[in-house]
Amino acid sequence: MPRSSGIPAARRGSPWTGVGTVVAKETADHLSGVRMVVIEALIFLVALVLAWFSTTTIRETIGQSPFLFLRLLTITPDPIPFSFISMVGLVTPIIAIALGFDAINAEFNQRTLSRILAQPIYRDALLFGKFLARLLSLSIALVSLWLLVLGLGFLRLGLPPSGEELIRMLGFLVATIAFGGVWLALAMLFSVLFRAPATAALAALGLWLLFALFWTVMVTPLLATLIAGPAEGIFGPNIAYISTEQTLQRLSPNTLYSDAAVALLNPTTRALGPVFVSLRELSTMVNAPLPVSQSFILIWPQLTGLIAATIVIFAIAYIVFQRQEIRA
Amino acid sequence: MAGEVVIRAEALTKRYGANLAVDHVDLEVGAGEIVGILGPNGSGKTTTILMLLGLTEPTEGRAMVAGFDPLRDPLEVKRRVGYLPDQVGFYDGLSALDNLAYTGRLAGLPRSEIDARFSEAMERVGLGPYGYARVRTFSQGMRQRLGLAEVLMKRPSVAILDEPTTALDPHSTQEFLGMIRGLKADGTAVLLSSHHLDQVQSVCDRVALFNRGRIALSGTVTELAGRVLGGGHVIDVEARGPEGAAGIAERLAAIPGIVRVHPLGGDRYRVDCQRDLRAEIARRLAPEVELIGIHFAAPSLNEVYNRYFEEARLAAQ
Repeated sequence: MPRSSGIPAARRGSPWTGVGTVVAKETADHLSGVRMVVIEALIFLVALVLAWFSTTTIRETIGQSPFLFLRLLTITPDPIPFSFISMVGLVTPIIAIALGFDAINAEFNQRTLSRILAQPIYRDALLFGKFLARLLSLSIALVSLWLLVLGLGFLRLGLPPSGEELIRMLGFLVATIAFGGVWLALAMLFSVLFRAPATAALAALGLWLLFALFWTVMVTPLLATLIAGPAEGIFGPNIAYISTEQTLQRLSPNTLYSDAAVALLNPTTRALGPVFVSLRELSTMVNAPLPVSQSFILIWPQLTGLIAATIVIFAIAYIVFQRQEIRA
Repeated sequence: MAGEVVIRAEALTKRYGANLAVDHVDLEVGAGEIVGILGPNGSGKTTTILMLLGLTEPTEGRAMVAGFDPLRDPLEVKRRVGYLPDQVGFYDGLSALDNLAYTGRLAGLPRSEIDARFSEAMERVGLGPYGYARVRTFSQGMRQRLGLAEVLMKRPSVAILDEPTTALDPHSTQEFLGMIRGLKADGTAVLLSSHHLDQVQSVCDRVALFNRGRIALSGTVTELAGRVLGGGHVIDVEARGPEGAAGIAERLAAIPGIVRVHPLGGDRYRVDCQRDLRAEIARRLAPEVELIGIHFAAPSLNEVYNRYFEEARLAAQ
């Protein structure tokens, strides 16, 4: 009774079987692992120093802004050359890559994969469990960092954050986790594609460098010029160029994240990207803070873009992993 | 077959593009039976195992393992099958208990049951004192035992063991083979893939010989010897005479019913016969040749294997 070829049989059993077990084991591994402890210790140290100098600067200018806690995250305090959001934007992908680059290939290399998949668990559940565990570990690290800065700000400034500040900071935390999710999914995709963990890590770091350093400065202007012509036209700026450049920039998760972070933590941000308004309209809106709900509407495309990118990249990793032969 | 059929493969086929890895394999294994699967590398053994486990999808054909289809019900199959892969790997940073507790939880065992089964299985494989030791301190032999402990913990109705003794020393190998016999005594059907033919012969009830994706031969070793070595009677003759080894071999080969004569060195010859020719051999050799001994030789799986592949190679030329 041969099965007719080419017709896939529907499999029975819950696709979630075993996900909880994988999440518990992998999260415990990460939270107690030396790699994560070292990374988190370094980040917490930098955050502590940053928060200290930021609060010192803010204390000297208290009363200048109603959003003290948001300033805590956005100012670049002397003598530190970067702000808290710059640091988070820089280190979140690195933590995500450190968590994900050997998620699957290490199982192949340790020859544990066939033993694990011989247990009642689907391989997609294993991949999903690993992703969730890493996202949970990343979230725990980011929430701890967030609470650390909030607590230190509270102690040093002697004031609690307002409700609006808290909502904006929570939104920033969610956007940061979504941003980390993109890089985690990418790192896991490379861990599925490359058997050598070093290759996977290098590929992920290379892509991160491309988006962090070269995308906005070199790649998008070049591509926009090729697609839409030079930036300056005969009658002024080339609108097609600006539009194309902005579209290309938004292919980068770093751009989406920095747009969302700026709009959330700087309430005076009223638009992301080029805006064409009359001088009369401009005079009514300068420096007026946007209500928090409007800021969330403003960043909604960026936030959904980050989440969608995570889902798409994870889906690619899932398809590649499903097609791989498990012999190790 | 020992009992109820727990593994049944019918026309199981796997193609990778144009490459036919497994070609219409039919296989049955009963409860409490040990079946060895043999064959050169790339002959389709591991792919067949993976299809039986539901880890790869057959292109054609079907299988039933422990009453379930590995393609439709892989989770049910995996609940009932213990698998020990070739050169089994563990999480080195975790203890033996943590490693096996993880797979135990994946298998759906409650914590209390995991602890009890773990202790029992570790005692059975001789690793009782090492439950809390990190696996990175284990030798390869200990890892293989730990892999078998994982299989035992599951109390499976089917155990699939892929090259389980590859990294073991002779003493550990004998102990390991004893543990495999223990699985049979528990009523577990065992599918044993190995290149160590003497080991396969010592524990297996039946063997299946894979060649180019097909099961070329299957049956007991005696049945296989009958088919491959000719007639199924192998007689060892020890004799000496003035005409020398070549002359004696020639004299033996001339006896009707003898298929082949293999000089074994010294005064010994192995003769493949179509029937019991011991009396005829004694009569034909006397009186010029001094007959020192004559007895049936147990058919060797090694000989069957080598002869089969030698003939397959010659046929292909």
